[in-house]
Amino acid sequence: MLRFLVRRTGQGALVLWLISMVVFALFFVVPNNVARTLAGRQATQQTVDLIQRRLGLDLPLWQQYVGFVGRALRGDLGYDYYHQVPVTTIIGQALPVTLSLVIGAAILWLVLGIFNGVVSAVRARSFLDRSLTAFALFFYSMPSFLLGLLLLYFFYFQLTLAGIRIFPPGGYVPLSQGVGPWLNHLILPWLTLALVSAAIYTRLTRGSMLDVLGEDYIRTARSKGISERRVITRHGLRSALTPVVTQFGIDLGTLIGGAVVTETVFSLPGIGKTTLDALNQQNQPVIIAAVLLASAAIVVANIAVDAIYAVLDPRVRLH
Amino acid sequence: MSLDPTSLGGLVEAEEIGPATPEGEAIEGRSPWLLGWQRLRRDRVAMVSLVIVVLIILMAIFAPLATWLTGHPPNEQYRQIGLTPDGQPKGPSSEFWFGTDDLGRDIFVRIAYGARVSLLVGVVATGIAVAIGVVVGLAAGFFGGLVDTVLARLVDVILCVPFLLVAIALVSITGPSLSITIFVIGFFSWASVARIVRGQVLSLREREFVEAARSLGASDPRIMFVDILPNVLAPVIVYTTLLIPVVIVVEATLAFLGLGLPPPTADWGGMLSDAQNFYTTAWWYLLCPGAALLITTLAFNLFGDGVRDAFDPRSDQLLK
Repeated sequence: MLRFLVRRTGQGALVLWLISMVVFALFFVVPNNVARTLAGRQATQQTVDLIQRRLGLDLPLWQQYVGFVGRALRGDLGYDYYHQVPVTTIIGQALPVTLSLVIGAAILWLVLGIFNGVVSAVRARSFLDRSLTAFALFFYSMPSFLLGLLLLYFFYFQLTLAGIRIFPPGGYVPLSQGVGPWLNHLILPWLTLALVSAAIYTRLTRGSMLDVLGEDYIRTARSKGISERRVITRHGLRSALTPVVTQFGIDLGTLIGGAVVTETVFSLPGIGKTTLDALNQQNQPVIIAAVLLASAAIVVANIAVDAIYAVLDPRVRLH
Repeated sequence: MSLDPTSLGGLVEAEEIGPATPEGEAIEGRSPWLLGWQRLRRDRVAMVSLVIVVLIILMAIFAPLATWLTGHPPNEQYRQIGLTPDGQPKGPSSEFWFGTDDLGRDIFVRIAYGARVSLLVGVVATGIAVAIGVVVGLAAGFFGGLVDTVLARLVDVILCVPFLLVAIALVSITGPSLSITIFVIGFFSWASVARIVRGQVLSLREREFVEAARSLGASDPRIMFVDILPNVLAPVIVYTTLLIPVVIVVEATLAFLGLGLPPPTADWGGMLSDAQNFYTTAWWYLLCPGAALLITTLAFNLFGDGVRDAFDPRSDQLLK
């Protein structure tokens, strides 16, 4: 197990290094005019050169990269071009927003997806199963920005029009300012992410549950006279959940950078929204840090999934 | 092997085989493809979705017909008749069937033209992804060894890239255009196809028919593409039909984030992005393009689902 973790961490570091190189090259190879923008329109070439030098943009690309990696390994991701704020601070402010969004939504979609999946599998081919499948496919087909806009239209706009002010049109309130307002600002974003994702979990749970329920040991459990409820929850669900765990880990990792749409629709200043804003400003240090963080999240999630997989299912050998 | 009833001699024997085969129809060995197609045809939901998909394709091809019907070109701004006196979008009427947008353009006509972008990107980007994925997966699975290690690692790297962020970054660097959208989506979507194909090829290459082909002196490319490829086509086709709606959503998402085709090109995601600022005054601006997008992805997904049930025998067993 330890050897496995060490090797996978090494591979993960390699992947991150590759991605960092590609992203770095991408943003510095294209002609950028950050120095010119910062200097302002009337600035002389001298001022522009000075800014260029101060940001280290006059050095050859490889020197910039080596400097970046050296500093990054010491935990210094550089400074934002416009306000001279450390990039770590900016990311540190955005991460709690994204985590609030993703973790809340994840709980919601897991409960919804697994419950519907089990019900579908136990009542396979019934009307209920078909309805739940249709429900799942409907939200699976729904682009998240469309669902977000529709939720805003009905639950913010129409309700407010009817005199019921429950939900705000967007924005984020930190947990430190009270649980109520925090929840209030996150319910619609949570629903958006959760409904779109729950569909995959419903179908995944249904499929693997049907597989498992056909196994011999389930028949054995039944013939021992164990109640059906217990057979399903203790014997069936336990092994049926392995593919769900895999998907869950990967989804969590992906959404650190991938919740950009939900964050945009609901004006949540998370990692995705911060990156989008940084892109519009050509704020390279922030973009690179955010992309690396998002990749790291996916890499870590993958390693965690493999490790958990082995613990859940002893038949899986780590090799 | 096909049996021709007429070759069996007397009518009597033909009668005996009779009931299953109406007169004049040959008894055929039914290929897995034919069986799959027959299963698919019985799936009512899948067939209805197929009809809807075909209708959407027709809408895209004959988009100029919408202009002809209404008399409104897609990019014409009707600032006099298409906007309210205070410059707001106008609701659906006999003049503008689905209402107008904030520039007084006909939303109905723009939806028809927007279908072109969605379908073009959906089909072409999916095609690129599947082509790369099949070749990489075949090579990795067939050659094994170092080739497999390198390609598998490459697949791992691609799958660890935060796709949406990098796609947004790439498009914002190069500037939005149809080709860059297609390229970015295609380039980041092939890895899963490669993984599926590789897994299948790994077991197929040990089978006797591959050995037979090799002993007959067939070259590697011939074995890969002529002998092995047809055997992995079923999962590839299933994956392809299910990838198209995903790609359509990604394209709309990029457009929604302001990285779609440059204006004034009609694009569903772009229309919805503009509608964001007007949904409180103009519900049709949000709901009409939204419905078009949802119906399209839903139809593709339902059809893809039917294709999977029909061509992937395992999922068929699951249902029984």
